[in-house]
Amino acid sequence: MVTVEQLPDLVCPAGSLPALRAAVDNGADAVYIGFSNTTNARNFPGLNFEMQDVVRGVRYAHERACKVMLALNTYPQTENWHLWAEALENASDLGLDAVIMADLGLLQYAVSHYSNLPLHLSVQGSATNQFAIAFYYEQFGIKRVILPRVLSIAQLQNVIGATPVEVEVFGFGSLCVMVEGRCIMSSYVTGESPNTAGVCSPAHAVSWEETTEGRQSRLNNVLIDRYKPDEAAGYPTLCKGRFQTGSDAYYAIEEPTSLNVLPIIPKLVEIGVAAIKIEGRQRSPAYVATVTKIFRTALDAYQKNPQRYKPEQDWLTQLQRVSEGCSSTLGALHRPWQ
Amino acid sequence: MKLSLGPIQYFWPAQRVYSFYEQVKNWPVEIVYLGENVCAKRRELKLDDWIRIAEELTAAGKQVILSTQVLLETDSELSRLRRICENKTYKVEANDLSAVYILKGVRKFIAGPHINIYNVNTLKFLYELGVDRWVMPIELSAYALEKILVDKPDKLETEVFTYGHIPLAFSARCFTARMHNRLKDQCGFLCLQDQQGVALYTQDSHKLFNINGIQLQSGVPCNLIAAIEQMRDLKVNVVRLSPQPDDMKTIVEIFRHAIDNTLSKTDIEAWTAEQAHGGKWCNGYWYAQPGMNWQSKTSFKVNFNTENSLSPVE
Repeated sequence: MVTVEQLPDLVCPAGSLPALRAAVDNGADAVYIGFSNTTNARNFPGLNFEMQDVVRGVRYAHERACKVMLALNTYPQTENWHLWAEALENASDLGLDAVIMADLGLLQYAVSHYSNLPLHLSVQGSATNQFAIAFYYEQFGIKRVILPRVLSIAQLQNVIGATPVEVEVFGFGSLCVMVEGRCIMSSYVTGESPNTAGVCSPAHAVSWEETTEGRQSRLNNVLIDRYKPDEAAGYPTLCKGRFQTGSDAYYAIEEPTSLNVLPIIPKLVEIGVAAIKIEGRQRSPAYVATVTKIFRTALDAYQKNPQRYKPEQDWLTQLQRVSEGCSSTLGALHRPWQ
Repeated sequence: MKLSLGPIQYFWPAQRVYSFYEQVKNWPVEIVYLGENVCAKRRELKLDDWIRIAEELTAAGKQVILSTQVLLETDSELSRLRRICENKTYKVEANDLSAVYILKGVRKFIAGPHINIYNVNTLKFLYELGVDRWVMPIELSAYALEKILVDKPDKLETEVFTYGHIPLAFSARCFTARMHNRLKDQCGFLCLQDQQGVALYTQDSHKLFNINGIQLQSGVPCNLIAAIEQMRDLKVNVVRLSPQPDDMKTIVEIFRHAIDNTLSKTDIEAWTAEQAHGGKWCNGYWYAQPGMNWQSKTSFKVNFNTENSLSPVE
């Protein structure tokens, strides 16, 4: 009989204090947050934490045995470096449990100034193989790496076997098909990218128009998609638009679907994934509550009876309802070995 | 300033690669970057074949650099990377930290455009590990570059991606295979048919991107010819041109003239005005604008009094 002694940590998004409480109350092992400025990759208007909210959030989470991690995962530039340096100081002062970073200079700064602060390598650090992870481990002693959503299960297993660093993978939410940290499509069209401004396809560049050919979405005036009258319209993220090489428009880069690893939780646990991350700091507290609760239930059900684990239809239906494009995929994880 | 030819981004048949570099021997470029850095499955040339080209180019007086892959996922890709990094003769351009892991402390190397260097602290950190030339991340502006260079280590050289389709993103997916409704694992090397990728248009016919296997490029090439003078002022050491199948010789010669100051500003303006008509090029990144923009005013200069943006000097 197989027993599961250690479940992966369930790491949930918190774009606000209510979202943080929703994650904690529904069984997150850790939440991740960002300050309200360009220092994190979800730098959206009205989102994220001011200092006093961080204090309250950390207290709320710690009283309930939940960790709080800070996303500091954009790339500082020479003249605004001080924002990131201040954020590190605050992270240290406010008792955050880990800082999630990508910039080499900043990682080095953290090691030399705040040696007790546990460091996680952000998905924006583009580490897709064991040598890259070994580099970050050797130079900065990173405790955990969050892998880009580009590896298959077999590749993931191989990487986990070859590194002493904990491996965190994305389990649910928007699916980025590019190697994160190396995608500048957004700045090509709008001038702002995840690396430079903490945003992808920013809301201020979005416009909608009704035309005789249907409703259209644009990003900085570039036509991203055109919808038929009965078609549900989605947010015009660049890589999820319909474009054409010939006469027919199609999802040339990626369909607007969500990642969902619920069906392969046993495999992820078996190969030694240390943490499963839920995407969506930009989403509502209700989204956070729903997804956290279902993943908590699923992980606990698996631990209780690993042989009989099977995602319940009700979980999938609920997750489907909050999914982008109302459908889901295993992403690169389902690919056969090369 | 020196002129360099970046690695070929497309999948060309071996014969095309050989004949391309046969011509390069006689072109006025000082530095040539060789190797496949887009897709691990593109193996028309083996490392030994690249080395043979490297030897011939070296004999023709070029400095040859072996450029490495951007997205590495498997053990076999890592062992190929190791073989390149451990070659005894040629310098290496790292495009992933896996390469830096092998090269650091062992020999001098180049940090390619896909190593994220957005501030001087990161640049200094890599310099300590052995980087002696860095290629500025393509989305950075002249303003950002100037800020970084104020405090850079003396001996460190700077290179700027100046001409060619911009690599915008890399994926585990193959967009060429997708276009042909094929799985990546059964791609049949269809990108071998596209000598310069496949243009991807918006539904209102704007050439937005260019599909190149697992890489997505800018729809039109970036062209910073009008910024050469500024690059000289900023003490940029190397100007990089990215190979394209047609007219490459002409492009190399025009940039040679621009660098050597044997092309007047009027000539440059005439060339760009004629060619840029109809959105043939982009240059927005350099001017802190969306990368796809084309800034035709060559009088645009970096205005260092402005905190975050550039403004035209009248």
